[in-house]
Amino acid sequence: MINIKNLTKKYDDFTAVDDISLTVKKGEIFGLLGPNGAGKTSTINMMIGLFFPTAGEITINGIDVIRQTKKAQTVIGIVADESNLYNEMSGFDNLCFCGALYGMNKKQRELKAKQLLKQFNLHNTGNKPFKAYSKGMKRKLTIAAALIHCPEVLFLDEPTTGIDVESSRQIRELILELKNQGTTIFITTHYIEEVQRLCDRIAFMVNGKIVACGTVLELMNSISYNHSVHLTVDKNPQNFILEFEKRFEGSSAIAKDEKSLVITSKEKIPLLEILNFFQEKEIEVYQARQLHPTLEDVFVKLTAVESAILKKEKEKGDQQ
Amino acid sequence: MKNLIAFFNILKKDINNYYLKPPNISWGIIFPLSWTLMQLLRCPDSNILELLPGLISTSVLFGTTSMLAVTITFERSGRSFERLLLAPISLNTLMLAKITGTILFGIFNAFVPVIFAGFFIDLSGVNWLMVFAVVFLIAVTSSLMGLLVAVSVEQVFEAQTLSNFFRFPMLFLCGLFIPVSNLPLFLRIVSYCIPLTYGADLLKGAINNNNILSEKLSFSMLIIFSIALFIISRYNIEKNKSK
Repeated sequence: MINIKNLTKKYDDFTAVDDISLTVKKGEIFGLLGPNGAGKTSTINMMIGLFFPTAGEITINGIDVIRQTKKAQTVIGIVADESNLYNEMSGFDNLCFCGALYGMNKKQRELKAKQLLKQFNLHNTGNKPFKAYSKGMKRKLTIAAALIHCPEVLFLDEPTTGIDVESSRQIRELILELKNQGTTIFITTHYIEEVQRLCDRIAFMVNGKIVACGTVLELMNSISYNHSVHLTVDKNPQNFILEFEKRFEGSSAIAKDEKSLVITSKEKIPLLEILNFFQEKEIEVYQARQLHPTLEDVFVKLTAVESAILKKEKEKGDQQ
Repeated sequence: MKNLIAFFNILKKDINNYYLKPPNISWGIIFPLSWTLMQLLRCPDSNILELLPGLISTSVLFGTTSMLAVTITFERSGRSFERLLLAPISLNTLMLAKITGTILFGIFNAFVPVIFAGFFIDLSGVNWLMVFAVVFLIAVTSSLMGLLVAVSVEQVFEAQTLSNFFRFPMLFLCGLFIPVSNLPLFLRIVSYCIPLTYGADLLKGAINNNNILSEKLSFSMLIIFSIALFIISRYNIEKNKSK
């Protein structure tokens, strides 16, 4: 569906996108994750034909975006990282206007606008001016506007940045609904949880380069990690930590508080063996939970970008 | 057909969103009226017919350049202009749609002093067909200059500053206040590089029959300026994509 080959974008001496290649399959949700300044927006702007690349190729549905930009734009829908509709116009008029830009006649665009307002639960506010909408409503209407001409591919640049939790959840549900309807979706974001919840495949982008690409599972398996088990017990674990480490060579146990500990080892220790050890010591185990690395851990390990940076950006975006 | 639908809807949107707003309508009426009254108060005995070419030119020039430079810069800062650039319509259609609203606004501006003058003097000797054609061409060239400014700056205040940078010199060099023949040689050359010089001269001919340049030359120059400014504006928008 989308093919990118050796895509590069340079602004004078600065390389924003550095020789990236990727493929997005039909009907999948693909997420491009990276901190601010990673090159995500530059990449999406070249894919939608807003900027010319310095080098490389982009095809969408077999159409060369660089040479046949206007043709490619008929099959794509674009949601910019800002809700960029017209403040003075009503929600309904904004949708109709966007339909007109794609050459839809009056009857077609009015019918589709009504459908979209209903689908996005905005039908009660369709006659209100865009400027009177809340941030979440603005975002939803901006997504609806990108769907007016029934695009095969939808580009979403930071779809939930700066909006409330409830609106974010609704938008995520709408994105999944669109995927079920067969739309191919390309998302750029710096929200790790968002890509983990939505995307079939993810690419990590840092300093203009794609450092890893795959499904969540593939990315998890691409890094080596220690096996960890979290235990909640009825006695202070500090008293038997040394004995445990002696019994299971290569393991380390750390007491988290008076009733819990985390056991870590390079090689996986069967849970039954751990439970037997505690039984022998007449310690009751209330809960045993295996700890897996999160996508955040994988991101940090593969990109060397601290997740705190992404979290800070998320907070900044939410405040705006 | 698709381009035509997009063209009319962009035009309709601009007229509703910008040009038909009360502040703009009042500005479009008050500004030319103020110029007319200023001239009449300064020289109460002056012939209104003599003043009319200057008042028309000034009204069109200020109306069109201000409106387009401000509306496009405003849309660019809110990123709604990006929406138009990303639509599957040709850049020529988009540019024509954007300047058509301004041209109509400029024509409306031009006829405010004419209507005002109609209450005081007999305008039956005026070649109206010629006036309309010239007003249209001045509006086209001025709108395109406004477009050129709009795509070169980021903020509305920058657009206003840059517009004034060429608007006021143009006004004093186009032969409306000081005859071009009285200007020093260097400024005379500059004057003939300004589209308004040809427009103002044609208006003088159409209203008072005292044009200096040939009508053919002036019309040709205005058309050449229109085409050149359109090409330069188009190039500038395309260039922004490569940046």
